[in-house]
Amino acid sequence: MSGLPQWTPELIQAEIDALKHKPGALLPILHAIQDKFGYVPPEAVPQIGDALHQTRAEIHGVISFYHHFRTAAPGTHTLQICRAEACQSMGSRALEAHAKASLDIDYHGTTADREITLEPVYCLGNCACAPSVRIGDEIHGRVTPQKLDRLVSRLTTRALELK
Amino acid sequence: MTTRIFVPCDTTALAMGADAVAAELAQLAHARGADVEIIRNGSRGLFWLEPLVEVQTDAGRIGFGPVEVEDVASLVEAGLFAGSTEHSLALGLVEEIPFLKNQQRLTFARSGITDPVSIEDYLALDGFNGLQKALQLDSQQIIDEVKASGLRGRGGAAFPTGIKWQTVLNAPAEQKYIVCNADEGDSGTFADRMVMECDPYMLIEGMTVAGLAVGATQGYIYLRSEYPVAHRLMNEAIKRAYAAGYLGENLLGSGKQFELEVRLGAGAYICGEETSLLESLEGKRGLVRAKPPLPAIVGLFGQPTVVNNVLSLAAVPFIMDKGGDTYASYGMGRSLGTLPMQLAGNVKQGGLIELAFGATLRELMEDFGGGTYSGRPLRAVQVGGPLGAYLPESQWDTPLDYESFAAVGAVLGHGGVVMFDDTVDMGEQARFSMEFCTVESCGKCTPCRIGSTRGVEVIDRIREGENTDANLELLADLCETMVDGSLCAMGGMTPFPVQSVMKHFPEDLQR
Repeated sequence: MSGLPQWTPELIQAEIDALKHKPGALLPILHAIQDKFGYVPPEAVPQIGDALHQTRAEIHGVISFYHHFRTAAPGTHTLQICRAEACQSMGSRALEAHAKASLDIDYHGTTADREITLEPVYCLGNCACAPSVRIGDEIHGRVTPQKLDRLVSRLTTRALELK
Repeated sequence: MTTRIFVPCDTTALAMGADAVAAELAQLAHARGADVEIIRNGSRGLFWLEPLVEVQTDAGRIGFGPVEVEDVASLVEAGLFAGSTEHSLALGLVEEIPFLKNQQRLTFARSGITDPVSIEDYLALDGFNGLQKALQLDSQQIIDEVKASGLRGRGGAAFPTGIKWQTVLNAPAEQKYIVCNADEGDSGTFADRMVMECDPYMLIEGMTVAGLAVGATQGYIYLRSEYPVAHRLMNEAIKRAYAAGYLGENLLGSGKQFELEVRLGAGAYICGEETSLLESLEGKRGLVRAKPPLPAIVGLFGQPTVVNNVLSLAAVPFIMDKGGDTYASYGMGRSLGTLPMQLAGNVKQGGLIELAFGATLRELMEDFGGGTYSGRPLRAVQVGGPLGAYLPESQWDTPLDYESFAAVGAVLGHGGVVMFDDTVDMGEQARFSMEFCTVESCGKCTPCRIGSTRGVEVIDRIREGENTDANLELLADLCETMVDGSLCAMGGMTPFPVQSVMKHFPEDLQR
């Protein structure tokens, strides 16, 4: 995935060592690894387990419990569409159908050019200006299918300029 | 003289393009050589007007909104920098806008007025007065003040905050904790987010007072990962509070200690349930714990722990500063003080409405909300998040207080109100309630884990007209099992919206 460094055991260990002293360190460690590399590589599991004196099963159990954590590299951009009720009342069902059709992927999928990963999200807290989507750390409100197309095309255009 | 212009920086303002508006304003001011200071304030919570640009004038702050980046040039042309109101987006004095003027803002008194991370702004508007008073009192005196306020937990369960604190104070332990539940996962709610993005020092102050009250030296804010803006602003405020001595091992030179840290959740709705949240903070799967023991006795890392919602803790600075009796002079019955309601979904004028308990749902939706965004007739309203009932028109005159809502089989929850117009398919909404539970159940108890999956299947059969009567009976039975047999509110309340659809909108389930 572009823009993020490729993980190595040493880089993973550095993230672990910076946080392992904290009480309840596992979630902060997983966040740090995913923020840095885009995902939590399965190879990191035994390393984390060793540092926290926990089994691989325990670490895996935590990673798989939370929707946020992923174990494979996502596309360059992650597009989250809110599926919760306030957005439903403003047409998010049509919006998600449009996104799936135009990107030709389902939720948790990544486009063939590896530009965009599509994820569901349950509430972004922008419920008075629904429907909402999140791209990276940016949230957008009152998103119509046309506005979504503009946002997506801006992403892919920007990515091409980088190449 | 420098003209002060305010452009909000909360999630909704940003989602509607506030950054581009601020940048354009700065550029045009520069091009014209205008002496302008652009301040990124919090939001007033008048979300249909975002981005709401305000200009300081001698008469007060004048508003313009909603401002799109394309409007900026014409606003400047019309004399925005001089406070001229000669523009179609001009709203007059912001404080006179009825939506804002008709509220009773205690907790949100500063929201949108100040730069959220400016300690000077906070201090100028009563900030840290409550902490100063608390530092002069002993633990029991602080708790007595909170008890006098009648404050009940604003997360949804409405448990008296003072009694919870008393339990933790009375539990002997070397280490105690204050945990703020900022996992605001209910659709239609954003009041916690607004506290953290628009007035974060209020939460820091409330948590510090809680620490002094029960003898806890460590606090955690468990924040959902879906709130990146709140994360950034809250961390910045904590950093500045440490630097200024409002956090740390020697609070304002008193020799008392309180440490505070934000911990991020990871996209699990169930972690808003307090015992699941504690498991998650400990670095585990967010599995719900059986109660008892209560977290107040055996909480985080096995120690006595106060777990309070953001809004409960945010009410504390006002209570300490102005007195519990002052807070209790608002409200009705056993619901005292104010409740920040959040109007969302298909609404013309959505946003945050802080009112004393007792207004009706209809007043909220019609007088404040102005009806639906689509202009079509309003059909159903879900109050209290995804576990709250859908209310039909016959229930819209219910007063907003915990007991009145319970009497009609509904919940106020965290105060979220999601409006739906007449295009809604209530059968689809009932199905979604069960589907949401299949996605978000922690899996510990069978009624919730399996019941929700069966619920989706049975609702699908009913909607397809397959053995309708028998399947409706089965669904009713399943709902009852989940309500009675689930370990926590996730499985125990998921049936509420489903049952409300069966009762009030049966025609949608069978069409």
